[in-house]
Amino acid sequence: MITLIYLIVAFSIAIALFINKNKTINYSLLGLFLMIQWGFTIYACLHFHATELDYFTFDALGILLLITLSVISIPAAIHGFLYIQNQQGPPRSRSIFFAAIVGLITAIGAGYLSNHIAVTWIFTELTTLFASALIYHHRNKLALEGTWKYVFICAISITFIFIGILFLSLSLMHAGSSDLSFQNLLANSDKLNPYWLRLAFLFIFTGFTAKLGLVPMYTAGIDAKDTAPGPAAALLSSVLMNLGFVGIFRFYSVVANTSLHHWASLVIGIAAFLSVFVAAVYMIKVKNIKRMFAYSGIEHMGLVMLGLAAGGVGYYAAVLHIVLHALVKSSLFFQYNQIYKVFKTKNIYQIGNYFKYNTTGALVILLGFISATAMPPSGLFVSEFLIFRSLFEANQIIVLILILLLLTMIIYAFGKNIFKILFLPAVGFNEDSAARISPWESLTQYILLAGAVYLGLNPPVEFVNLINESIMHLPI
Amino acid sequence: MIAVLLITFLITLFYMAIANRMLTYVKVLALQGVLLFFVVFIQLSEINVVNLIFILLETIIFKSIAVPLFLAYILKRNRITREAEPFLPNFVSLIITTVIVVATILLANSIQEPHLDKIFFVVALSTLFTGLYFIASRRKIITHVMGYLVIENGVFVLSLAVGNEMPMLVNLGIMLDIFASVLILGIFLNKIGDVFKDIDVNQLSNLKDY
Repeated sequence: MITLIYLIVAFSIAIALFINKNKTINYSLLGLFLMIQWGFTIYACLHFHATELDYFTFDALGILLLITLSVISIPAAIHGFLYIQNQQGPPRSRSIFFAAIVGLITAIGAGYLSNHIAVTWIFTELTTLFASALIYHHRNKLALEGTWKYVFICAISITFIFIGILFLSLSLMHAGSSDLSFQNLLANSDKLNPYWLRLAFLFIFTGFTAKLGLVPMYTAGIDAKDTAPGPAAALLSSVLMNLGFVGIFRFYSVVANTSLHHWASLVIGIAAFLSVFVAAVYMIKVKNIKRMFAYSGIEHMGLVMLGLAAGGVGYYAAVLHIVLHALVKSSLFFQYNQIYKVFKTKNIYQIGNYFKYNTTGALVILLGFISATAMPPSGLFVSEFLIFRSLFEANQIIVLILILLLLTMIIYAFGKNIFKILFLPAVGFNEDSAARISPWESLTQYILLAGAVYLGLNPPVEFVNLINESIMHLPI
Repeated sequence: MIAVLLITFLITLFYMAIANRMLTYVKVLALQGVLLFFVVFIQLSEINVVNLIFILLETIIFKSIAVPLFLAYILKRNRITREAEPFLPNFVSLIITTVIVVATILLANSIQEPHLDKIFFVVALSTLFTGLYFIASRRKIITHVMGYLVIENGVFVLSLAVGNEMPMLVNLGIMLDIFASVLILGIFLNKIGDVFKDIDVNQLSNLKDY
């Protein structure tokens, strides 16, 4: 019952934001939404394992990612506020921006919790609508190009997921059932027809890669993160990617219990390896700071999926990695807006000596770089190490060596660009025009990065239990 | 009867592969909507009447009247040239479409499936891949949209194959249809035509890494 109220209230807030152009009302509605979001999250934690409205279950994976979403939604609102204040656009663009943020967060949260593949699909579809409104925020030619590519590729990929669901229903008919909930699929996993299941997996996996950011459909996400405003790009590159992960992970749990387990792991593994490869190739050339962060996201999703494909301890590492990556990558994107405010460009050639102009912000970039490349104090080090161990234990030594080589290239390219931003002088930058940035604006990024370190190095018992429970359906 | 309708549907794909003018594409899409209307009428005999009427209305009003009219309006409003301007000659398009259809027939023959009428499977998959081919081989953005609409028609045919057992899936398919078409065509109506005067995919290459 509460879920229904939450969905209705949250979407009404989105509509109210869309209609209303008054500044005070906009911000109070945004604050109200955050309170409702947190209230719902706490309610979900208190009613662990409960099922509401038939289609929403507060299971371990859903709760884990819902908490991550709620944590990231607060800095998203703060930085959205700062961004809009700084930009001084027309009231119309502000109301659309916040309405889309609220709608996006709600749709993502509902997608995490749904226990039915068709419901997950519906909310994935809804995120496309809100994300496209955010990408088109600047109303210029580049934004239009990004929006068009994103909408078109997402439309094709949700069609693919739908085809996959149709094949899945054919596969399920052999089990004499027509209920497409994940629970029922798991219960009937031994009776599913392998031929249709194979087709279903191919289509559903390909479809969700558009949201997850994996080869083959990763391109749309890169353009989207490039053109969307910083706070929106932070949501697109963290929590929205997690939604794609949820879709693939839940369906993979079903397939892993059938005879197709090894085949499905192979498919995921190939896509994952190619993703890391593509990320490495583009990282070397990229000169646009936002696209660099986006390609780093592709690399991390590739690693997550490699962990999933390798199995064993890799399952645990995959879920851990996806949570930590969301915290780190969103903080980097939140920080991007300050860089833009100082240098008025996203080209790395024209950015430099950042320590001189904004010391606190430069520290965030440095710490974010250390976290995103998984150097030891960062929590991602633990999860990446576990992923490598799972590859080692699965006897995939050649894959492991190739991945380590590619990662070295990625770290080299990433580091070269980051150190240029931080320490080398910028080309043709007029120091007098550099904007002053309050150190407080970086506070949330420090908290997110510290959270990633804490969860990685010293995970609380509840956190470990949630991860272990979310992977319990997967065979060892 | 269903076989006749579905084979006619398949023939429209061949016609689309060699068609030269943009308006022909629009007319073919409208014709496909009408064909789907009759297929739904015959095929979905077991589902309840209200749902059936809803699906029928969607095919006839949305697929064969609203969308084609809208496309024709866009063509006129943005003064898009009447030629389709494919990257490949029509003859090659025809051969590729034929290869796709033959390949799906061979694929369908290799499976044993009591729950599925094979002709639905053949028509749906060949429509899907032909649509993808149209998207890849045409130069204008508006033809990409039409390719996407062809894909959606193919998916709709596939959902009809399981429609009697799971009517929910047909409804979901319709939801996808309306949602995605409105989103894509909405962007088109509002913006693309105004900003990119001469609508060509080669103009969509400004987002770069450096």
